Amino acid sequence: MNKVVLDISHVDMEFDTPGGKFKALDDVDLQISKGEFVSLIGHSGCGKSTVLNIVAGLYQATRGGIILNGKEVNEPGPERAVVFQNHSLLPWLTSYENVELAVKQVFKKTKSKAEIKEWVEHNLRLVHMDHAMNKRPSEISGGMKQRVGIARALSMQPDILLMDEPFGALDALTRSHMQDSLMEIQNELNNTVIMITHDVDEAVLLSDRIVMMTNGPEATIGEILDINLERPRDRIALSEDKEYTHLRHEVLTFLYEKQRKIETINTKKPQASEEKKVKDSHAA
Amino acid sequence: MSNASIASNSKITFLNINSPTLKANLTKVANQVVIPIVGIMVFLLMWSVAAQNIDTSLGKFPGPSAVSEQFKSLYTEHNAEREKEDAFYERQKKRNEARMAEDPDYSPRIRAYTGKETFLDQIFTSLKTVMSGFLLAAIIAVPLGIAIGLSKTLNTAVNPIIQIFKPVSPLAWLPLVTMVVSALYVTPDPVVPKSFINSLITVTLCCLWPMVINTAVGVASIDSDLVNVSRVLRLPALRHVQKVVIPASIPMIFTGMRLSLGIAWMVLIAAEMLAQNPGLGKFVWDEFQNGSSDSLARIMAAVIVIGFIGFLLDRMMLQIQRFASWDKASASR
Repeated sequence: MNKVVLDISHVDMEFDTPGGKFKALDDVDLQISKGEFVSLIGHSGCGKSTVLNIVAGLYQATRGGIILNGKEVNEPGPERAVVFQNHSLLPWLTSYENVELAVKQVFKKTKSKAEIKEWVEHNLRLVHMDHAMNKRPSEISGGMKQRVGIARALSMQPDILLMDEPFGALDALTRSHMQDSLMEIQNELNNTVIMITHDVDEAVLLSDRIVMMTNGPEATIGEILDINLERPRDRIALSEDKEYTHLRHEVLTFLYEKQRKIETINTKKPQASEEKKVKDSHAA
Repeated sequence: MSNASIASNSKITFLNINSPTLKANLTKVANQVVIPIVGIMVFLLMWSVAAQNIDTSLGKFPGPSAVSEQFKSLYTEHNAEREKEDAFYERQKKRNEARMAEDPDYSPRIRAYTGKETFLDQIFTSLKTVMSGFLLAAIIAVPLGIAIGLSKTLNTAVNPIIQIFKPVSPLAWLPLVTMVVSALYVTPDPVVPKSFINSLITVTLCCLWPMVINTAVGVASIDSDLVNVSRVLRLPALRHVQKVVIPASIPMIFTGMRLSLGIAWMVLIAAEMLAQNPGLGKFVWDEFQNGSSDSLARIMAAVIVIGFIGFLLDRMMLQIQRFASWDKASASR
């Protein structure tokens, strides 16, 4: 077994809301090994993004913490690069300059000017965006923006790559194209990745493990599914593969039978009022 | 025969395709040139008709023709004044040379010409004042606005003060400014006249608030994802401001600048009238006090010039914004 890079250790998350404390996460505990591709899947509002933001250091866990390579981390940093859902490129910079900003910040002491230039171009080539290096985000398509966003994250040479629904805002065809690109890059670099998704096919196709989360509030890890499909994976071949279909079925069962969203909406309200009662009695 | 008819047909369609674009171009020209000209003509007509029917103690209200005459005479007066000035310096130089020839120890003193300031001089003075005041305000307001936008605490602390001073007409400050400047700005050999400092501070005071507020709002409303990018990269504070905050809020900063330059120009004229500081406002007030039969036409000429300069100042800011801002859409308004 590979060594554990990231340890999400018994993380709780509470938010202060006008109506009191809201407990979003309850005891989320997950270890991720080097080179592993882990997907977080769950219904919207289940706290997937909260987990990712805590790992990124953008949020602070109420209890528990994040241990990266044996050290606890409390603030954001380039060793945990984030690919944001809506690309988040600086609109006033070209693709090249967006990546360059990251490279300069991370490698300004270790790389020379020429090396920085070469490294920026290398990363843009990796995502097939070297033809639009001097274009601004407003001049390129959504998929291309996301490619540049990925190039920016990869260019930081992170210990772990965090992707927050990276292809969620793209149309289906562009999305599958991007998934293929990501698999190709992953084949080459073998990064450690946490990806949030709500797309079952995407999760099964890309991941080594799928972490399925229960519905919030107090969301936690429901089930973990190991995906032992051989790499490189081919989406067309897999679509008739029995193992693939079975894994897909497992995730769907979890999402639509065990964690049906509608049921939880019905059961959520009495639960919430019970909580209040408990709190009230504590107060009394 | 059939071939020929096809050929002619295609020719006709070719022309037909072409003519709508021609039409579109013509409409464009009409919209951009002809219609404004028609508007101006109608305005001039209404003005001259109305002017004939208004009798004041200084004669009839000036119509377009009277005003255009005054434009000419203001220009000739300016030239005449310049000739006088040149002649004055020429005479002085000759006198000094003559005395130098007589007495080699004599060190000549150059005396400045103290003739009347012409209309063109006043325009130049006003422009100089408004630009200096505006620049001073920008130097204070943009950093302050960025700081307020970045820090919620600072915003809470400063906001009441801004809200209270913002609606105050800078003219209310004028007496205070005048007294403070005359108390503090005491040098035997002033680099710039006191009146210039008074007008400048008044302009600065009124430019300050819109710029501070717009900058602060622009900075505070930066997309949180962009801020997160900066956090993940661990950009140091200064680099964060330079690379993310300023570019992101440039459109709002410019909106504030254009607003305040517009206000500044209006306020400056009023301040010059009130405080008798040199500039277009003083010109208007002097003409009013003068009360000759030409006065109203000369004031009307000044009014047109003031409007025109205000318009040009705004266009100038727009051009600078187009040059400086990445967001071309916000610069097209």
